[in-house]
Amino acid sequence: MHLSTLVEMIESGLEDRALLQHDGPVTGAELVARARAGAASLDGATALAYVGENHPLLPVALLAAALAGVAFVPVNYRLEDEQVHELLDRQPGAVVLADPRTASRLAPRRAVRTLDDWLAVDARAEGPAIEAPATDDDQVAIVLYTSGTTAAPKSALLRQRHLMAYLLGTVDFASAGEDEAVLVSVPPYHIAGMANLLSNLVAGRRLVYLRTFAADRWLDTVRRERITHAMVVPTMLARIVDHLDGAPAEVPTLRSLSYGGAKIAERVVRDALVAFGDTGFVNAYGLTETASTVAVLGPEDHREALHAEDPAVRRRLASAGRLLPTVEAEVRDEDGRPVPAGGTGLLHVRGEQIAGEYATGSVLDADGWFCTRDRVRIDADGYVFIEGRADDTIIRGGENIAPAEIEDVLLEHPTVAQACVVGVPDEEWGQRILAVVVPSAGATIDAEALRTLVRDRLRGSKTPEAVVVRDALPHTDTGKLLRRAVAAELAAAPAAP
Amino acid sequence: MSRTLKAGSRLYSAACTTEVIVVKAPPGEVALTIGGAAPVDAADERPEAPAVAAGHEGPTVVGKRYVDEAGTIEVLCTKAGHGAVALDGEALGVKDAKQLPSSD
Repeated sequence: MHLSTLVEMIESGLEDRALLQHDGPVTGAELVARARAGAASLDGATALAYVGENHPLLPVALLAAALAGVAFVPVNYRLEDEQVHELLDRQPGAVVLADPRTASRLAPRRAVRTLDDWLAVDARAEGPAIEAPATDDDQVAIVLYTSGTTAAPKSALLRQRHLMAYLLGTVDFASAGEDEAVLVSVPPYHIAGMANLLSNLVAGRRLVYLRTFAADRWLDTVRRERITHAMVVPTMLARIVDHLDGAPAEVPTLRSLSYGGAKIAERVVRDALVAFGDTGFVNAYGLTETASTVAVLGPEDHREALHAEDPAVRRRLASAGRLLPTVEAEVRDEDGRPVPAGGTGLLHVRGEQIAGEYATGSVLDADGWFCTRDRVRIDADGYVFIEGRADDTIIRGGENIAPAEIEDVLLEHPTVAQACVVGVPDEEWGQRILAVVVPSAGATIDAEALRTLVRDRLRGSKTPEAVVVRDALPHTDTGKLLRRAVAAELAAAPAAP
Repeated sequence: MSRTLKAGSRLYSAACTTEVIVVKAPPGEVALTIGGAAPVDAADERPEAPAVAAGHEGPTVVGKRYVDEAGTIEVLCTKAGHGAVALDGEALGVKDAKQLPSSD
């Protein structure tokens, strides 16, 4: 199925619904008219790229690209000019739109227009509509550049059929009430931003955009716009919890708050559950290559885990929940053999939404399985526990060590706000373990005490050789820890302090 | 009139304004009707004065998915109409809403 079908469904089923707001409410009928006119303006283009902050009419651009049968390519505007140009060079023949500030940055080197200008001139509701909208569901719908925490960014391709399989499998069309509104604060160049936009359009929920995230502005907007649903990445949730500093969130309209996109400290989730009271929490796990979510931990799971006495149930708060009914999973070892039930290995997924494709080709195996490169364990009740990226695994003296396991122990200590454990080259052991920690506000780190904590909880071979204190850790702006950068810095300065 | 259906194909009711997309196609030849008449493959193949046959009143609702009891067929309504979708004379029912939490 193709997003052009969704456009038709919006036209016939949500024409009067206020789906967006931009100088007043924008109805489904206006969104569709603008998208059709925008699509007509893309005649001859090979793609529609957007480099910029969130914009209340961003869905017009995404749907216009779909109707025109070209890929929508959201690019991270926070990258250096050189990197942005490199990514845009991969899309010859693309129409390039940007926010005003980014447009002036890029203009010296390439033809670029602001999204506002394109909306005012080309994607007007009164503009001429595209005559023959695309319907081929094998067309590439979205190109996303992976965040590149372990390697250079790859161009991940999501075809129309993957997106629509995800949407049809997870959301019921027009199922939202007229009073429902979602606050979108995840940037457009992230799979969660795209999924956020599409899922809520399908549900018929009004989309309210936060141009850039700040905890106080997010809370103010939820209250002012009577937001019922929101999705954040873990760093955002951590900032909201910090901002509240123990006070209740006081957002009575907020029914559902989902988070995902990177690892989250269990402590942040527990604090957030207390601060948000009646709000239902959802943890979503997925990858760019899987067209968003493949596993969810729902509100009931969160509530049960928060109050449970059974340690197995309490631990679920640290899990990614259970797989969607439309997705199959297998846990395999590095050689591709299935591991026994409950064992740790690489998560493989299969299903209609699983794209597993880059500009360089498909990486699905002959049976359609995609290897996520995430090390996971699935318990007897089907809860998926993510132990980290396989590529982050430290191999010390032949022993495979997941940094996340050590980080989780460090994060339990009240003086530790953030932790990153990496392996650096070592002549004797192959790799040795170093930890970098960021202290909690006002706290002083006792490195020896932290090493003792890890040694007691895990074992000697997993104890960091040194604990380095830093003011901050490098993250991508969607909250993924840049281990490569941490490891490179430590390897370059081998004398452990 | 029996025919083979294909997943992804679009069907236009010849009796009302309903349009559907086949999400899951049953094996072999089947008789699918919308509003009592076999659907056509293009909007311009519709008769000039479409009418829903008695006993085949719907309506269909956009966004709803219609399935048979055995789960052999699923169609998604992309445009609403007055007729009902039926397979081999049996009206299809609305597929239950998903019980998944909003993950995004």
